[in-house]
Amino acid sequence: MLNTIWLIPLFPLLGYIINGLFGRRLTRYGVGVVGCLMVFLSFLFSLLAILFLRGGEYRLAVADWVVSGTFSVSFGILLDPLSAVMALTVTGVAFLIHVYSTGYMAHDEHFSRYFAYLNLFVFFMLVLVLADNFLLLYMGWEGVGLCSYLLIGFWFHKDSAANAGKKAFIVNRVGDFGFALGIMLIFWQFGSVNFPEVFAAAPQVLDFGGGMATAICLLLFLGAIGKSAQIPLHVWLPDAMEGPTPVSALIHAATMVTAGVYMVARCATLFTLSPIALTVVAIIGAATALFAATMATVQNDIKRVLAYSTISQLGYMFLACGVAAFSAAIFHLMTHAFFKALLFLGAGSVIHALHEEHDLRKMGGLRRYLPATFLTFTAATLAITGFPGLAGFVSKDEILWNSFASPVGGLGFWIVGVITAGLTAFYMFRLLFLAFYGRPRYAEETAARVQESPMSMTAPLIILGILSFVGGWIGWPKVLGGGNSFGHYLEPVFAKAKGFLPPGSHHGHSTEYLLMGLSVGIALVGFIWAFRWYIRRSPAREKLKERFGALYRLVLNKYYVDELYHAVIVSPIVGGSRWLWKYFDDLVIDGAVNGIGRLVRQVGQAGTRPQAGYFRGYAAVFSLGCVLLLGWIIYTLR
Amino acid sequence: MIPLANYLLLSTVLFGLGVIGVIISRNIITILMSVELMLNAANLALISFARWHGDPGAHVFVFIVFVVAAAEAAVGLSLVIAIFRRKNTVNVDDLNILKR
Repeated sequence: MLNTIWLIPLFPLLGYIINGLFGRRLTRYGVGVVGCLMVFLSFLFSLLAILFLRGGEYRLAVADWVVSGTFSVSFGILLDPLSAVMALTVTGVAFLIHVYSTGYMAHDEHFSRYFAYLNLFVFFMLVLVLADNFLLLYMGWEGVGLCSYLLIGFWFHKDSAANAGKKAFIVNRVGDFGFALGIMLIFWQFGSVNFPEVFAAAPQVLDFGGGMATAICLLLFLGAIGKSAQIPLHVWLPDAMEGPTPVSALIHAATMVTAGVYMVARCATLFTLSPIALTVVAIIGAATALFAATMATVQNDIKRVLAYSTISQLGYMFLACGVAAFSAAIFHLMTHAFFKALLFLGAGSVIHALHEEHDLRKMGGLRRYLPATFLTFTAATLAITGFPGLAGFVSKDEILWNSFASPVGGLGFWIVGVITAGLTAFYMFRLLFLAFYGRPRYAEETAARVQESPMSMTAPLIILGILSFVGGWIGWPKVLGGGNSFGHYLEPVFAKAKGFLPPGSHHGHSTEYLLMGLSVGIALVGFIWAFRWYIRRSPAREKLKERFGALYRLVLNKYYVDELYHAVIVSPIVGGSRWLWKYFDDLVIDGAVNGIGRLVRQVGQAGTRPQAGYFRGYAAVFSLGCVLLLGWIIYTLR
Repeated sequence: MIPLANYLLLSTVLFGLGVIGVIISRNIITILMSVELMLNAANLALISFARWHGDPGAHVFVFIVFVVAAAEAAVGLSLVIAIFRRKNTVNVDDLNILKR
């Protein structure tokens, strides 16, 4: 069966071609069926693949790409536990979101274009995840960036959406620049870009802790920073909320933004050869997690809260990578896909019900009107805040434990992680309470029309809700009696990388229980804080807002990072371009081109002056010429 | 015998006068006459050489030149008449529509 896995990315590509070329001629039902069916087939094949793989490694070369001298790269698939898990997550969540979209986008004019783009995205994402070499991964990387641009700016007649799409693509490009340089360095050092060859040769070609290893890893990580919206390239993700909500769920929560995490995990053997790079990854991950969590606490747009939450959770994943807990990072990637997609889809359900209302201050009391949405949203909220037993608890806890206990970890990382967990609990429950509890803060007429979403939207919510509950059980930690099958399943992929780490100190179970208890406790504090402020309506909230008004405005305005970038980078470039246009393009280039034209005309005009139509002049010159010619002939004949 | 050079000098002078006539004249007919003069000067030179070398071939060639001169005069004068019908002038300076 494994020799058919090349079909996995090809199904959605087929869906793109069908819906893209003929979508307008199919009924909405047909378009939806094609789109969903293709992704479902990919999911099915991914499921079969992971069952037949049995934890080994399988490589399939589909076709040659570049064969030039000693450089050879092919369209090839590498199926190992890591890519199998990723493929399964991507196709599974993508399928649910496709089904949801049939309901959410039902009234949209460009239904077929939407599904075409969505399928194209799944194609590129699968290429990225299944690639067996850096070049093919980069192709998938760029492709998902393209689809992100197309889908963010889906409603392109809206200026804000078009600009958001541009911003996403351009900021991504900055990261991609670093990524491309990294790949080139790898080729230069290794002579190949194929994963098995590079990773096998890594310990020989790169010195442990050496400059080349660090340079390569930092450049690769730059790409991840851009794609996964870490500091300082996080600015595109909140703006990306301009796109349709299912897009935000799929691309900016569950799959595309996790590509950076996947890439770092895939290159684990390279990263563990450079402790400096690992530490940089961990620091940026932790800082981003905290930084984004603070911004999420004050946002008023329901999707923005979730956007900053995504950035924060991605920070957790990179923190895990940075302390070499790669399977923990992938585990959190998977559970996060479940509950974050659920949160976004639930938000979409709310937005849909309230007729495009995004502002939390204008919601309230929805748990009565949207029961299914409310229940699943609550499940996801509990999951993300780390309620014991649920998916988020298991994965986040593993990250927090490893950030402390890993040989390249430390207490500092754990503290930042725990504070972030507390903030996460606060802003998530704030979101839940503001949207679903209390008295409705919208008009009576709107309240009368609020109704639960159709089955096409609620069924995926329910499925994701179940996954948010039980998804963690496959990685249940040993310390609580589980077998951590997930971690064991991924172990062979990262075993070699872990071999390069310095030996760690052994931490007892009691330490682990203590840290676990502390993190749950802090989450509880966050919950209580949100409860008192938003259910009990404590006056402390208003008072605090007044006293720390400047700080509040600072956080609300995203620490003015966008303004900073605009002033330092965008404005000078735009100004420089304008100057070049006025003074170089207009004067120099146009001047040169026009000048040549003018010159030719002047020469021509001067050349016509002999043509006076003066017959006698012609005759005279003619005769003179004859005389001279004759004279010359006689002279030479003498 | 009269030296050949004298005949040739005469021929040259006549030819030069013809050239000057072409360049200086304002009247088209005068120009045509000067062209005839040039042709005859050439004929004179031809005959002189023929007499001097005793070669009768040049005599025959002179007849050819006559014929060409006659044909050319006929065509030239027809053109002059055509131009006169158009522009009502024989002043060569008035024929300037080739002027840029």
